[in-house]
Amino acid sequence: MNESKVLLAHADVKGIETLSVYERHGGYATLKRALTEMTPADVVQAVLDSGLRGRGGAGFPTGRKWSFLPNDGRERLLVCNADEGEPGTFKDHFLIHRLPHLLVEGMTLASYAIGAPRAYIYLRGEFLQGYELLEQAIAEATAAGYLGQHVCGTDYSLELKLYRGAGAYICGEETALLDSLEGRRGIPRMKPPFPATAGLYGLPTVVNNVETLCAVVPIVEHGGEWFKAMGTEKSPGTKIYSMSGALKRPGNYEFEMGVPLSDLIEAAGGLMAGRTFKAVVPGGASAAYLTGEHIDIAMDYDTLAQAGTMLGSGGVIVLDDTVCIVSFTRRAMEFFRHESCGKCTPCREGTLWMDQVLTRLEEGIGTEADLDLLLDLADNIGGRTFCAFGDAAVAMVASSVRLFRQEYIAHFTHQGCPLQKERVG
Amino acid sequence: MTEALRERCEAIKATYPEAQSALIPILHALQDSYGYVTPQAVEEAAELMAMTTAEVEGVVSFYTLFHRKATGRYHIQVCDNLACQLRGTDELLAHLKEKWQLEPGGPSPDGIFSLERVECLAACGYAPVAQVNLRYYYHLTPEKADQVLSGLADGEEARGERI
Ligand SMILES: Cc1cc2nc3c(=O)[nH]c(=O)nc-3n(C[C@H](O)[C@H](O)[C@H](O)COP(=O)(O)O)c2cc1C
Ligand code: SF4
Ligand code: FES
Repeated sequence: MNESKVLLAHADVKGIETLSVYERHGGYATLKRALTEMTPADVVQAVLDSGLRGRGGAGFPTGRKWSFLPNDGRERLLVCNADEGEPGTFKDHFLIHRLPHLLVEGMTLASYAIGAPRAYIYLRGEFLQGYELLEQAIAEATAAGYLGQHVCGTDYSLELKLYRGAGAYICGEETALLDSLEGRRGIPRMKPPFPATAGLYGLPTVVNNVETLCAVVPIVEHGGEWFKAMGTEKSPGTKIYSMSGALKRPGNYEFEMGVPLSDLIEAAGGLMAGRTFKAVVPGGASAAYLTGEHIDIAMDYDTLAQAGTMLGSGGVIVLDDTVCIVSFTRRAMEFFRHESCGKCTPCREGTLWMDQVLTRLEEGIGTEADLDLLLDLADNIGGRTFCAFGDAAVAMVASSVRLFRQEYIAHFTHQGCPLQKERVG
Repeated sequence: MTEALRERCEAIKATYPEAQSALIPILHALQDSYGYVTPQAVEEAAELMAMTTAEVEGVVSFYTLFHRKATGRYHIQVCDNLACQLRGTDELLAHLKEKWQLEPGGPSPDGIFSLERVECLAACGYAPVAQVNLRYYYHLTPEKADQVLSGLADGEEARGERI
């Protein structure tokens, strides 16, 4: 399968981050047409027809999310989730840096569709350059009448505001994000109520990922059916896959959903000379490992879920034969231990404990009983925490023990990493 | 607090109709101005936001980008998460230690650099990755790191790179 560049069609055009170049490549034509020829309900219908599923990780149908907003006369808000922090994922960073106007256009279309007079982009604190690029894009779009009072000369007005967080992975979870945007510690809220009924400042709120909102532009431009004709029946359209790790040409690659993993690896230049494939984490550090048996697996939501892992945000980390699974998995757990917000005990204590067990296994002083302990701990965290972070934290560990038990055992029989000893000696 | 800084903070407050949302942007502004979130900054933020200092402290302590101690003029944040690990972060960190005597912790004796290991910076395809004063630098081989740091030590501004 070849790359299908829809969102990224103009990503390599020089100067595309400026309004004039973006317009020259058709930018804002869709917004103009939609605002003058389509009702908000038409835009929602196009997105419903497209079958677009949220690109932030959970894959929830976007059109349905937009339809859930209560009709009770309260002001509605749109919030763009640009907190991207899932290890292995770097598509939103790329979209913001290369195509800031695509995000602005997508957000204006989405805000019009749901009837929001105000919209926010929540950027992770590290995205300072992205913040400045978007600030510039918003100023240009406002001056050109694509934002602000009377968008494109119509009755519709929209205020688009930027907000920078300050460093905390958990703020990517949508309710923690809302708390952070309200100026508090970013701690997940109890659901229900869902943001659709009580979101930012208690108002009905739609939270969508950067890539989701960018996809709205081509969907409205070409129609929902056009988008739905790509990809698979249950995972329509194209997806940006972030390819990283042991590859010759890591980077973002846009393919139709369901592209075989092997084609993605090939597009990213394949493995380095003389190396062989060992494993892949197909959906960021929150996803379970897959091994060579799945090298041709279709990279869509349902196929990956059936294989016991997930597409998540589309961050594909490729590991070759030089990588120690024990060390790599321990590093992932260190991340989760560090990022646990501490609100609930299974997550706070469990990630700490698992990190300790993995550290001892990596050092070669673990035992077979530690492996069962890891699986036991994973069982006691998964599904029992306040937010989905808990499930995310245990996916790599649990699958590593199932798929690479021998490699763990080799660590305690060799009293250390056999791969490292091989390299040194 | 200088008059200019107070004006900047008031302008931030005016940006957000719901005042509480201004706290984190105001803390960023204070940190930009003082170099880190000083005890004075906490008091000023509390006064501006009509909150207690304990409430402000609670927010400050939650977020990793708010520093409670001085950093170097150039604060270097090296990602050592998964994808960067696969592409040479350890070599980069070893090199920064050996050649530049930089280790995670306080600023270098001359106050120019400080180093921190951080979690994934969402740029894994261009690993190893670091930020200097939150500006991105990609594909940081030891040689490239030398170029960047030499430039900064000579007084260049940390501008970062485009992808
Ligand atoms: C721990 C955790 C971290 C998350 N991080 C992000 C993130 O960085 N970006 C994002 O868009 N969604 C993230 N999500 C998913 C959001 O909660 C939410 O589902 C998403 O923003 C909805 O947008 P979408 O429907 O367009 O995908 C995260 C979820 C969890 C549980
Ligand atoms: S699961 Fe972890 S991150 Fe989520 S609320 Fe509990 S402690 Fe916080
Ligand atoms: S792992 Fe280093 S930027 Fe993502």
